[in-house]
Amino acid sequence: MADQVLDVKGLNCPLPILRAKKALKDVPMGNTLEVLATDPGAVKDFEAFCRTTGNELIESKQDNNVFSFVIKRTS
Amino acid sequence: MATDTNTKSMSLIVTKGSLDWAYPPFILATTAAAMGLNVTMFFTFYGLSLLKKKLDLKVTTLGNPAMEMPMFGMHIGMPNVVSAIPGVDAAASVMMKNLIKKKGVASIEELRDMALEADVKMIACQMTMDLFEYTPKDMIEGPVLGGAATYIETATKSDINLFI
Repeated sequence: MADQVLDVKGLNCPLPILRAKKALKDVPMGNTLEVLATDPGAVKDFEAFCRTTGNELIESKQDNNVFSFVIKRTS
Repeated sequence: MATDTNTKSMSLIVTKGSLDWAYPPFILATTAAAMGLNVTMFFTFYGLSLLKKKLDLKVTTLGNPAMEMPMFGMHIGMPNVVSAIPGVDAAASVMMKNLIKKKGVASIEELRDMALEADVKMIACQMTMDLFEYTPKDMIEGPVLGGAATYIETATKSDINLFI
């Protein structure tokens, strides 16, 4: 279970990333943020976002039409 | 973050001011800023109108064979001759804005606000301001006025430079 949850279901590129970035600012270092999205492009985008920003993508999974990404704030 | 010497940077020249062309620069600028890059946008010619306080962006179907709108369960293109009929571009613009809302795509106003919030630097082209007779009063607060040299100085220091 992540420390915080962000629901961006129904939003399209680039909003899931922008909202996640904003939410991550309020996540204490080492804590996790779970992002729930319906944009299929978000799968690749969250991988790239985490690699570039130095945060850790702990989990990326799909349940029906909902994608879930767990990001550990490490930067 | 901004003082980190490893910080990457991106600059964009924004030359077009229609609803469809406004998206790529603002999407890339906001995303790059979210990914930790220092971003500068240079607004020139028709792109400058994207800095006006009140935006009323439109698309045109004229000369755009790739523009196919999803309608009646299929994709419908617009022959150029149809574009000339009064009201067609206005209708296409309304249709595009409805699609944007329906598909959860941000509005340009929203993306522009997010860019400013993320400290994206914006340069408004002084020459274009003079050419099209805009005054700073017509424009949002935030952008600085500058010219080609101001942009080039930024571009020489940027990792990514885009012309849109």
